[in-house]
Amino acid sequence: MTDIPAWKDGDTDASFTDRTIPARAGAGLKPSHVDRILQDDYRIGFLEVHAENYMGDGGAPHRALTAIRQNFPLSVHGVGLSIGSEKGLDDEHITRLKRVVDRYEPGLVSEHLAWSTHDLSYYNDLLPVPYDRKTLDRVCSHIDRVQEALGRKILLENPSTYVQFEQSSMSETEFISEIARRTGCGLLLDINNVFVSATNQKYRPLTYLSEFPLEKVEEIHLAGHATDIDDEGDALLIDAHDRPVDDEVWKLYDIVIGQMGPVPTLVEWDNDVPEWPILRREAMRADEILERRAANYLLGSRHAAAG
Amino acid sequence: MPRPDSNSEAAKTVRTVTLGRFSDALLDPEQPTPAGIVGPDGKKADKRFDVYRNNVTVSLVGALAEIYPAVHRLVGDDFFRAMARTYVRSEQPKSPLLFRYGDDFADFLEGFEPAKKLVYLPDVARLERAWLDAFHAADAPPLDPAALAAIAPDELAEQRFKAHPATRVVCSRFAAVSIFSANRSGADLSGIDPAIAEDGLVTRRDFDVEVRTLPEGAAAFLQALVDGNTLGEAAEAAVAVAQKFDLAAAIGAMLEAGAFTAIATKD
Repeated sequence: MTDIPAWKDGDTDASFTDRTIPARAGAGLKPSHVDRILQDDYRIGFLEVHAENYMGDGGAPHRALTAIRQNFPLSVHGVGLSIGSEKGLDDEHITRLKRVVDRYEPGLVSEHLAWSTHDLSYYNDLLPVPYDRKTLDRVCSHIDRVQEALGRKILLENPSTYVQFEQSSMSETEFISEIARRTGCGLLLDINNVFVSATNQKYRPLTYLSEFPLEKVEEIHLAGHATDIDDEGDALLIDAHDRPVDDEVWKLYDIVIGQMGPVPTLVEWDNDVPEWPILRREAMRADEILERRAANYLLGSRHAAAG
Repeated sequence: MPRPDSNSEAAKTVRTVTLGRFSDALLDPEQPTPAGIVGPDGKKADKRFDVYRNNVTVSLVGALAEIYPAVHRLVGDDFFRAMARTYVRSEQPKSPLLFRYGDDFADFLEGFEPAKKLVYLPDVARLERAWLDAFHAADAPPLDPAALAAIAPDELAEQRFKAHPATRVVCSRFAAVSIFSANRSGADLSGIDPAIAEDGLVTRRDFDVEVRTLPEGAAAFLQALVDGNTLGEAAEAAVAVAQKFDLAAAIGAMLEAGAFTAIATKD
């Protein structure tokens, strides 16, 4: 594993307690849900925010997140670091991320295997990288820099992809395994992304999962996808985050949890955001699977074992 | 997951795509899919690449619609999306902080021929930009009126004030403030004469952004104070544009709105 702690031990003047993310279901936090979540009898396991939404100087977003953080463990998920970037990372953005992490003391911090900025333009999308040696070296050095600046381990998320690069010389699972091995980062396994990419790139999701280093996975993402077709009429799935999690993705999730034991699991819903009870229903479905599998998982949680 | 096909790699030269090539094609529909971007088994990937093109454009147009909701409603969804697509193609965000996107959208609207008839639209956009900047501005307690009351009357004119981080003054030759306020509150615009010039003050005492219409001269007065001038200088600037400028009323309004946080120490 790694000697970089998930959060700094001995940080005794912490303003928030309870920072460890439980192996339960969490939800992506939407401003319109904050009051409902705080008042709800159902206590969600944790909440996750996009770091960039809390990089403003002050105002209502910080007030809402402070109230949430005083009541729940929090995970911070970056969407703007552009770790796959060809032209280096933005120091100013790393500093902003550090400010969010220092202020809210999240249990987990994650980012994407993707790029979103090139030549100062930010495209607001998670764009794909080629799986070759040069990109591997670059991504590893970027993750090293981020972990060093934050003073903690980050998790890297597998992408949804629609295309391949001819220059790729490794599979995605080889590429991600090597990054985790070299940098000591943890992994965020997005099972919807696995299903979307596997369908789009014509491989079996279970083959991908059997090659994925599950022992480094510290969080799972679930989300809904849209269905389209490509130029030849083959299925083309889009990672839309605008609907419930697909039944096929739930089946894969059940298999993964059966294999690795309970892991913090986030349900994402970012577009056409529904009322809180609809998103809560998705989280409760993940909770059910986690509880059922925990009962069967006689050897106990690997997280508890790993301390 | 299968490894990329090593046989085909040996058979032909691999085409390398830089991320620069990839990004150039993202916002230019005239450009073909970069050579070397393929589907599974090396098949063509035009529609697949279009997913990225679509994601980028739709998400940035969506970001503008969230930043400029009144402009969006005033022109209608189809018109707004077509207009925003034109803007997105020439101006991408310069930061991953999307709420900062579009700070020159109002200038773009000034020159956008199909929207020329809506003369007030650029100023409504300026107010919406100021509103969002105020929403995200740093927290600060507003100036306590007692602090001002404690100053000796003969020293009042020399005082300078520290502007609250949220404070913005927006001047318009049109009824931009009334149009903005009516639109955001869901009221109709029928009683508003767009040709009447209005100045607006955007402030945030705690967490709710407030927008007020300013009386004549008050914009010049407040802007002068924000720029660091003394109360006396600011009052002169106001009288220069509005002879009937009411200083006491303007001071009362600025305190009520929480436009300043403190009396600055003399320089």
